[in-house]
Amino acid sequence: MTPTRIYLDHAATTPLLPAARAALLDGFARWANPSSPHAEGRGARAALEDARARIAAALGWQGEVIFTSGASEALAIALTRCRLPLAAVSPVEHEAVLRHADGAERLAVDADGLVDPAAAARRGLVAVQQVNNETGVIQPLDAIAAAVRAAGGLLLADCAQGAGKLPLPDADLIALSAHKFGGPIGIGALLVRDWAMLRPSGGQERGYRAGTENLPGALAMAAALERGADWLANAARLRRQWEVSICAAGGEIVAAEVPRLATIGACRMPGVSAAAQLIRFDSLGISVSAGSACSSGSLRTSHVLGAMSMDAGPASEVIRVSVGRETGAADIARFVEVWRGIARGRAAA
Amino acid sequence: MIYLDYQATTPLAPEARDAMLPWLAGPEAPGFANPHSPHRPGRTAAAAIELARERVAALLPPGGRVIFTGSATEALNLAILGRKTRQIAGSTIEHAAVLDTAQASGARLHLLETGSDGLVAPDAAIPPGTDLVAVMHVNNEIGTIQPVADLARAAHRAGALFLCDAVQGAGKLAPPAEADLIALSAHKLHGPKGIGALWIRDGVELAPLIHGGGQEGGLRSGTLSPALCAGFGAAAALAQARMAQDAAHVAMLWDRARAIFAGWTLNGSADQRWRGNLNLRRDGLDVARLMSDLRDIAFSAGSACASGSGRPSHVLRAIGLADTQAKSSIRIGFGRYTMLGELEDACARIAAAAAAQGV
Repeated sequence: MTPTRIYLDHAATTPLLPAARAALLDGFARWANPSSPHAEGRGARAALEDARARIAAALGWQGEVIFTSGASEALAIALTRCRLPLAAVSPVEHEAVLRHADGAERLAVDADGLVDPAAAARRGLVAVQQVNNETGVIQPLDAIAAAVRAAGGLLLADCAQGAGKLPLPDADLIALSAHKFGGPIGIGALLVRDWAMLRPSGGQERGYRAGTENLPGALAMAAALERGADWLANAARLRRQWEVSICAAGGEIVAAEVPRLATIGACRMPGVSAAAQLIRFDSLGISVSAGSACSSGSLRTSHVLGAMSMDAGPASEVIRVSVGRETGAADIARFVEVWRGIARGRAAA
Repeated sequence: MIYLDYQATTPLAPEARDAMLPWLAGPEAPGFANPHSPHRPGRTAAAAIELARERVAALLPPGGRVIFTGSATEALNLAILGRKTRQIAGSTIEHAAVLDTAQASGARLHLLETGSDGLVAPDAAIPPGTDLVAVMHVNNEIGTIQPVADLARAAHRAGALFLCDAVQGAGKLAPPAEADLIALSAHKLHGPKGIGALWIRDGVELAPLIHGGGQEGGLRSGTLSPALCAGFGAAAALAQARMAQDAAHVAMLWDRARAIFAGWTLNGSADQRWRGNLNLRRDGLDVARLMSDLRDIAFSAGSACASGSGRPSHVLRAIGLADTQAKSSIRIGFGRYTMLGELEDACARIAAAAAAQGV
């Protein structure tokens, strides 16, 4: 019998929830164009608007919801079409923010990757993520938002990792991606507190995003969000379990002492490169990652760990472990066992 | 409900749906992985995407690569805004995704006129200094097939690249072989919504609009959906396999529908046309009333995108129709899954309802 693989890479993407899958299949059967005026089109439009309202309700969001193809596109819209110029970004942002931010100032972060709210005040657009995708560190966004607004600026929060798990931060613009919380890949949203914050582009989505609307994706995204995050307490227990075990076996946890999303942990195995760890884990049936999925083929040193002043050597020995709704204690026990085995192999060599 | 609005969107092919299902798995199967992850499930997902890419590429000319996008609109935006374009020549009947993007690019826009047959002249003059010529393959409102081979050559002679919005033609006609950039949409060829593609001729340089993880060779960041790609790929393969069969079916439907609407005037050329698009007018016809009389027939009065606006169609205006004529026009779109009986029934009822208006 082939042992089932253990998937501990939920920060890269998550399994599709059964409710989201059912909604997606329902959506495939309702394939009319939501912008068509005939009865089928109007039915699709009504379903799309219903999904939009359900998403806002599930998130507790009072503002506008623009559907996009994902968080990268949502961020691109916010960063290129905000009425305020981009003033500053944190250096631990995802590349989807950094690559749009060549001319913007980089805010300082401490050794845990945290932004100091008092130092974030700018009279312009400021982009700070809710949860770091490599370390799980949660930024003090409500305090940052207050400081930015007091200075006459606007806060853009990349909530790709936190949305659907944590309450939304008090930001002006929020990007999210359905496939990080059990929805399908290919749909996300930009939440906008007020239309006046963005320049329109024409087209669908009230003139803020052109392209035929992905109704099946929107329905599935709503269904996934409505499933809630009652499993996070279990995720927190599991993380304590593996982190304690790994520290006892010589591992080190990144930013262990600050608030982190329960699903993500970054750990260092001294003396063993992340690339070597990944190959061993993969061959033993465990999916983990080194940093983000996007950059994981590249073997570049993580810009996140670099910004946290971690030296390149230790940073190259850090992997990311991210659990999900279906992860169980047995999965974690097996991960710890394999981790110890790899670490012992190194010690023996 | 009889669906006759194939230019707005098309029914999802069962084959495309089936191709998506393995990639819509829950935790019990590995089919949900991020295709950019290097672990085994991620590599398997990436392999599925590459297969889909080959299938989509098979609809397109050799000598280029396919970049997946969120839609054809995004593909057109990438093609136009991804180059430092100073002057664009585009037909007056391009989709808003081209015309509005050209306008937003800040480049000078030179419009290529269209004849009353809905065709751009194959020898249309390309003004000096033009970097990019954009002419669609098949018009979305009136179905006319543009002389894209001639226009691509004219663009190249003028030192410009040729961009072809092939949304309505892809999978139905041979591709515009001499284009440099070609935009496609999956949901117009019986694939899923939420995915499109831009074909880029080898050697043509573009700058990305969406930055981030550097997917698609750095040209389009964002996690790719293995499901949407697989659905697009299956739809493309099916369209290719059935191209002659689908065209024959559509020609048969066209002949029958034209016979029923014998007294109506066709908008746009009858010959240079994708026959799954029947755009007709009848003087004095009240289209809004017609639509409300026939609520169980889904047809349209122009493109879906502009349909809520009440503006007269820019395409019908460009082919010389007065606003009153444009407003008395309807578009009937049909294709692979349209049955002769339902089309005949719908056309007969549309014709009868129009006759009841006394027009």
